[in-house]
Amino acid sequence: MTPRLYLLQRGTAFVMVPLVIVHLAVIMIAIQGGLTAEEILARTRGSVSWALFYGLFVLAASLHAGIGMQAISREWFGLGQRAAAISGHVFILLLLVLGLRAVVGVYGI
Amino acid sequence: MSAGTNNALQVKVWRGDADGAYESYEVPQQENQTVLDVVTYIQRHLDAALAYRFACRVGVCGSCAMTVNGRPRWTCRTHVSRVAQNGTLEIAPLQNLPVIRDLVTDMTPFFEKWQEARGRFVPGEGPRDTLAQVPPEQTERAAASAAIECINCGVCYSACDVVAWREDYLGPAALNRAWAAYNDVRDGDRTGVLKAVSAASGCNNCHTHQSCAEHCPVTLNPTFSIAGLKRATLKASLKGEL
Repeated sequence: MTPRLYLLQRGTAFVMVPLVIVHLAVIMIAIQGGLTAEEILARTRGSVSWALFYGLFVLAASLHAGIGMQAISREWFGLGQRAAAISGHVFILLLLVLGLRAVVGVYGI
Repeated sequence: MSAGTNNALQVKVWRGDADGAYESYEVPQQENQTVLDVVTYIQRHLDAALAYRFACRVGVCGSCAMTVNGRPRWTCRTHVSRVAQNGTLEIAPLQNLPVIRDLVTDMTPFFEKWQEARGRFVPGEGPRDTLAQVPPEQTERAAASAAIECINCGVCYSACDVVAWREDYLGPAALNRAWAAYNDVRDGDRTGVLKAVSAASGCNNCHTHQSCAEHCPVTLNPTFSIAGLKRATLKASLKGEL
């Protein structure tokens, strides 16, 4: 792992610390008394700030996990450097597509 | 060997190359007996063809490291009484290195990585007018001092999970040496050390498991050295020096 990848992985972890705390706190606070999917969507749709919040979350999580996947591919699956890098990029793309699709769906932007 | 207790040790020793197998021996147990004493007894009295490596017998040369009951150790300073389990010992060559024969490994990849990590002194340009002044309390000198007493035994390299997972990883010993070299303020190309250890196979692969520090017979902490290299390479990378 090069210093740039190391910085990117640690940096995205750092970015995710407050995001995870807010994410969990909102879940715990909002769920009290029960929430239906319709009620959730009524609150989230059209909210640019939540869309940006979770857009950033998806971006940080995808990069963080993709770099981790590269290391796992190299160390546990025995792939070569190039194949491991490809697996990392594919994983980043997969998480980005799935995550951003969810953001678009929930926030309706 | 002098007379000691009458108990016999049951010793399994790896024989052959990577495809070899354990062979069992019975060795008289003594007081104050090291694992190296046991191996030497087998070679001198039971099986003259046993191949193993040692030199100083006093924990200085670093050549007698082997895997003893699953853990890499310096055998000349490892007392049998401390490691035998129910009177049995299982002695194998170091892990993560090619086995030449019996307990002898090929250390070539280990030392090649010292070169790859630029763990050697590079002089500055031209002769100096005065000798370099390196006060003992200087931060760099203190960091180098903490890392410099490595005896090159390969125990940390054998204990490292990351080396086991990816064979190109430079490993704790070479990176620890690179950290000492980087902290030598007389070195003419300290950035060169950072360039060497920031390669894809370099210091940032360390998972901080600390097996190296746990097993190091001379109680060095290569994980700490590697953490220092991570910080230094990160700073140099941000400054665009790498």
